[in-house]
Amino acid sequence: MVMPGSVRSPEERVWDELGGIADPEIPAISLVDLGVIGSVAVHDDAVRVELLPTFVGCPAIAVMQDRIRERVGALNLAERVEVEISFDPPWTSDRISPQGRERLRMSGFAPPQFGPAAVGSDLAELTVLSIAECPYCGSRNTTMENAFGPTLCRAIYHCADCRQPFEQFKRV
Amino acid sequence: MTVRFVPQLDLAQREALAELLLSLADDEFVIGFWDSEWTGIAPMLEEDVATSSIAQDEIGHAKALYEMLAELTDDDADRIAYGRAAEDFRHAALLNHARRDWAFSVARRYLYETADAVRLTALAASTYEPLAMLAGKMRREETYHLLHADAWLRRLADGAAEPRERLASALRTLWADAQELFAPLDGEAALVRAGVLREPMHALDTEWQGQVRRRLEPITGELPAAAPTADGRTRRTDEFAWLHGEFTSVASSEEAAIW
Repeated sequence: MVMPGSVRSPEERVWDELGGIADPEIPAISLVDLGVIGSVAVHDDAVRVELLPTFVGCPAIAVMQDRIRERVGALNLAERVEVEISFDPPWTSDRISPQGRERLRMSGFAPPQFGPAAVGSDLAELTVLSIAECPYCGSRNTTMENAFGPTLCRAIYHCADCRQPFEQFKRV
Repeated sequence: MTVRFVPQLDLAQREALAELLLSLADDEFVIGFWDSEWTGIAPMLEEDVATSSIAQDEIGHAKALYEMLAELTDDDADRIAYGRAAEDFRHAALLNHARRDWAFSVARRYLYETADAVRLTALAASTYEPLAMLAGKMRREETYHLLHADAWLRRLADGAAEPRERLASALRTLWADAQELFAPLDGEAALVRAGVLREPMHALDTEWQGQVRRRLEPITGELPAAAPTADGRTRRTDEFAWLHGEFTSVASSEEAAIW
């Protein structure tokens, strides 16, 4: 539904607005670049946004919902904004955009490697694939110090070359 | 938006599904609170962070499951989590015990994570799609917990005599109660017929035992034959009653408190 004289559709305007909302825990990256926006639909009565949490227990979910309602509501496209939590499809770290990965790196976070965190379904063969590239010097000579960091989505590494500790956005 | 397939369930199936969701949620909720008892006093700083993070994950999973249950039964997630008496909880007997020493907590974590992995894999194939989707998502996160538990099991088992013996003793103590993660649910047969549950719980228990005995018996010696029992999710202990008093203390002093 494109308004006369407008070049952006209502859906595109919502996406534009969401692209300007920073992640509450890592403000360098937007919700769109983080890949947590599943879908956007603009109806007469409501704008519906599907939010795919990075982690099920992420305490920032409610903050994201509030910010989306506030910012998208200000566009006055419909009476209300509904932000529905969904695990369909599940968010994975592969959803972070190329621009998002670059923004993470620039703010000192190693972007996650692609693919699932571990391979193998039997315990005997389950191994974690814990390679991270140092965001400061680019070295891959790094070790995971703790798979659990200051937030659910972050792991702690150490770079043996530049001797800096750093965090990785967790591969999940 | 994706249209989810939700099978038409009759009243008996809905009641059984509610029982399943409650048992899953209570397991995650209670182990999350036991883990949080280590916050600030774990054996090392890294472990303090790890245990607290795992606790936060588990309580987050419980929240999502309580919300799914509340939608199914037209109830309120906060009431289900914080408004029930201790005897109305449906977690497995494995989670009745206090955290005790580090080896005991590691032993329980290992038993729990390995059983949970088997259970989540089965639930990710459920015909009840909201649950299948959530289980699939939880499994990706739980992989980190499983690897962590496995690393600690190795560390204690390959360590000096005392940690190895403490670990072995805790594993032997908890072995029977661990089976109760697969205790039969009321109306379970109806869930299996509807495909909500891929296999009966006892079949999942057999699958799990096949995996963990190989790993544990070199540490513990031969573990006795064990199977889930009918009251495995209704037995309660004084230790759990204490924890229940702790985690309901805010809700009981301030009725309007929310998550």
